Amino acid sequence: MQDAKGPDQFFQHALANGEISLPMCEDCGAYHFFPRVLCPHCYGAAISWRQSSGKGRVYTTTVVRRKPEHGGDYNVCMVELDEGVRMMSRVEGIAPGEVAIDMAVTAFVGEAEGVPVVLFKPSEG
Amino acid sequence: MTAQLRGKSAIVGTGHAGFGEAYGLTSYDVMAQSALAALGDAGLKMTDVDGLFCTMMEDSMPALMAAEYLGIQPRFIDGTMSGGSSFVNYLTSATMALDAGLCDVALIVYGSNQRTASGKLVTASRPPAYEAPYNPRYPISAYAMAAARHMHEYGTTREQLADVAVAARAWARHNPEAFERGPLTREDVLGARMVGDPLTVRDCCLVTDGGGAIVMVRADRARDFPKAPVYVLGSAAASSHRQISQMKDFTVTAARDSGARSFAAAGVSPSDIQAVELYDAFTINTILFLEDLGFCAKGEGGAFVEGGRIAPGGVLPVNTNGGGLSCVHPGMYGIFTVIEAARQIRGDAPGIQLKDIDLALAHGNGGVLSSQVTAILGSQNTL
Ligand SMILES: [Zn+2]
Repeated sequence: MQDAKGPDQFFQHALANGEISLPMCEDCGAYHFFPRVLCPHCYGAAISWRQSSGKGRVYTTTVVRRKPEHGGDYNVCMVELDEGVRMMSRVEGIAPGEVAIDMAVTAFVGEAEGVPVVLFKPSEG
Repeated sequence: MTAQLRGKSAIVGTGHAGFGEAYGLTSYDVMAQSALAALGDAGLKMTDVDGLFCTMMEDSMPALMAAEYLGIQPRFIDGTMSGGSSFVNYLTSATMALDAGLCDVALIVYGSNQRTASGKLVTASRPPAYEAPYNPRYPISAYAMAAARHMHEYGTTREQLADVAVAARAWARHNPEAFERGPLTREDVLGARMVGDPLTVRDCCLVTDGGGAIVMVRADRARDFPKAPVYVLGSAAASSHRQISQMKDFTVTAARDSGARSFAAAGVSPSDIQAVELYDAFTINTILFLEDLGFCAKGEGGAFVEGGRIAPGGVLPVNTNGGGLSCVHPGMYGIFTVIEAARQIRGDAPGIQLKDIDLALAHGNGGVLSSQVTAILGSQNTL
């Protein structure tokens, strides 16, 4: 990852290697997302990277309705990770309308629009 | 703005053009027609305009494009782009500029041909990098997720959302300027094509052409114009995010803050307001803003709008022109909240004219619940 200079580059390089890394502030200990050069909570500039637990819950969700000939309906949702950050994503493995608020989900690195992205599936158990 | 600026400026002209379908016209054509209409209303000439407040959905320097098109060289320009709230926000900067003597005649203006040009929302903005790969449909996916969360936390129902659209249509049916004037029932809304759960196409604003314009002057000369002046008593902005994924609580907007400061500047409270004009891009907006502006408690917005309570003859007149849901929605609707509020106070509203309106509220929303701007307008009696 020596080529990764900025926070966005670092996050994307990690994703390309199959890892979900989250930026954490060394001053206040809080995570943030999207990646940036300062902590939006305390404005400290010392940011380190931690591997995400991948555990989270659906904060809210919608089904984007799309004609079957264009690929059919799909899910768009917001997931709150246990680290306290929220990201837009998609829950896969169940029908888009079955994705529910508060559902426990687990992250994995998938692909969308030809780039590696964080996706989720329902947690087991 | 603060109480110091209360009543320092007044709206002396309003105008609009191209409502519905403006075939063969560009956005700037519609903008210019709106400007002419507002100047005519105020009895002023284009050469009188020395302050321009404008943004458009296209171009990176739309205020300069507009000034060039209009053939004016304003000595003060504000082209701040906060989405559809921009035009309510300009009430603040126009008041400041007028009060400071930076300009004498302020023109706030907007135009769009999005319906006849493309049939969908035109925007120069790029999809956010951390959201784009998931293909949210902008802006509806953001509002749909806010609605879903509100339903989850407060038990708000799809029927209550539908009643917002039904009330808007009930007002629009009396407004000859409104684009959609046919009957609309709760069942029609619920049974319409689902676009982004839980919102159907009837929970969504129209896609129309149209433009609007407002002429403002300092209060000390506001009584020298043909129409009764409408004073800006308070206006305040608050912003909480740009991307929907960064909104902290999807059920609480920055309107709580903009509303509180606008009411403080005006020295009035929600119970004093006689007409409420809200940016209703989607039915959830009306519910969120009624709560956040203090017309009802958080979580009670659904019950507040239910069964015609904000329709003609209800307890609170909301979106008396039919709103973005039924009257007009040319990409950015904010300016029309101000125009309708001003016309209700002047007594020349195009649809149902409410009786003896001295105080009205106009609320603009920009982005995806990102920017909130609240203005309180008043008649001569409120000074
Ligand atoms: Zn920090």
